[in-house]
Amino acid sequence: MSKSLIPLLLTLKVAGFATLAAFLIGVAFAFLLARVRFPGREWADALLTLPLVMPPTVMGYYLIVVFGRKGWIGQWLYETLGVTLMFTWQGAVLASTVVSLPLVFKAARSAFEGVDPNLERAARTLGFSEAGVFFRVSLPLAWRGIMAGTMLAFARAMGEFGATLMVAGNLPGKTQTLSLAVYEAVQAGNDQLAMILVLITSLVCMVILVSSGRILKIKYLKEVDR
Amino acid sequence: MKRVLIVGLVVVLALVGTFSMNEAKAADQELLVSAAASLTNAFQDVGQKFAGANAGVKFVPNFAASGALLQQIEKGAPVDVFASADQKTMDQANEKKLILPETRKNFVSNSMVLIVPAGSKMPIKGPQDLLAKEVTKVALGNPDSVPAGRYTQESLKNEGLWEKLSPKFIPGDNVRQVLDYVSRGEVDAGFVFATDAATAKDKVQVVATLTKHQPILYPVAVVAGTQKKDLAQRFIAFVLSKEGQEILAKYGFGKP
Repeated sequence: MSKSLIPLLLTLKVAGFATLAAFLIGVAFAFLLARVRFPGREWADALLTLPLVMPPTVMGYYLIVVFGRKGWIGQWLYETLGVTLMFTWQGAVLASTVVSLPLVFKAARSAFEGVDPNLERAARTLGFSEAGVFFRVSLPLAWRGIMAGTMLAFARAMGEFGATLMVAGNLPGKTQTLSLAVYEAVQAGNDQLAMILVLITSLVCMVILVSSGRILKIKYLKEVDR
Repeated sequence: MKRVLIVGLVVVLALVGTFSMNEAKAADQELLVSAAASLTNAFQDVGQKFAGANAGVKFVPNFAASGALLQQIEKGAPVDVFASADQKTMDQANEKKLILPETRKNFVSNSMVLIVPAGSKMPIKGPQDLLAKEVTKVALGNPDSVPAGRYTQESLKNEGLWEKLSPKFIPGDNVRQVLDYVSRGEVDAGFVFATDAATAKDKVQVVATLTKHQPILYPVAVVAGTQKKDLAQRFIAFVLSKEGQEILAKYGFGKP
């Protein structure tokens, strides 16, 4: 049982942290790009969307080049702080964050762009600070779109494989998430374990989909009632 | 207009892909050889020479960990020849009646070495030194499916080091991944075949040779499900021939 329970808990941990990071970064950039005009804005948009269209192995390679022990940032991290992200669960979080970021970012940007700027202006005339306008007007109005993107990001992070394998390796109990555990079980010819893992993954994903759908629907009905 | 252009471009790209794929398939006969990851460079060379000597034959290699290759064959991959890096994997293939036992031959020998990244400042001279506190990451093949990992496990167990070192292990999917981890300096040391280390001489340094494991002999055999038994047997004969053995020796493999 622990052979399937440990990967499951690790997957939830990695996907949870990755979704949180993707949410914070994605919403911040989405708001910036939706509200501020600056040269190269659409190039920035393309750069943030790139992980969605590029193969995860390409992203994995970029991450190794940047965060590996001899990478641009990785070497500095290792020499000054003595930490390395390679082969750690934090490395798996990094990989999952990068590949799921575009899902939050894209959804949040179009959600922010759908918010009527006149409502924000009205809030300002009523004496709201810029932070007040964001947290009490823009964010609540864009919330449903952002949540939908975040749910997708979580699902994407749960299933992340390629970039994770390259950055975090496949260490049982440390970085071996469900998708990696399935891969290893099949490689080693352990069909029984593979079957158990596959069923657990399917079950967890179903539960997440159904419950997220329910949360979004309740929210929606409440808004309609008003 | 713009939309029409984009759609047109996608269609053109898809068609180009389709037609160039067909062209590649036009060769008369394909020989699909599943070979252990450690044979990557050597078998590419052997295959090229074999295809050169046999007109109309296309050599298609498939490299991965021997255990993974066995699983592919068991699940029905249309493989003609199977070359593994250990006897155990080939024995399993034989038990499952996946190979023709009369065609099985040992064709090369190899040895296991301990490597460190070139220019490493760690005082690693042998497996014993991996116990040192500053050594935190040691890469090896996953013993469940990678022969190089099995030999490493056997040797370290016999030296009484396996249990003590296991918290430091970074398992690789195949032996070439282990080599890659060490050459990029992501780990402090790793266990690979001597022939693997020889392909990355400028990036890794061999510090010791393992001795406490069974002799490493690579077997090759015709896969039972093949439609090209004659061609497959000719390939094995070529591997065992003087010319084939010379190519393999060039990559550091020993005589069986």
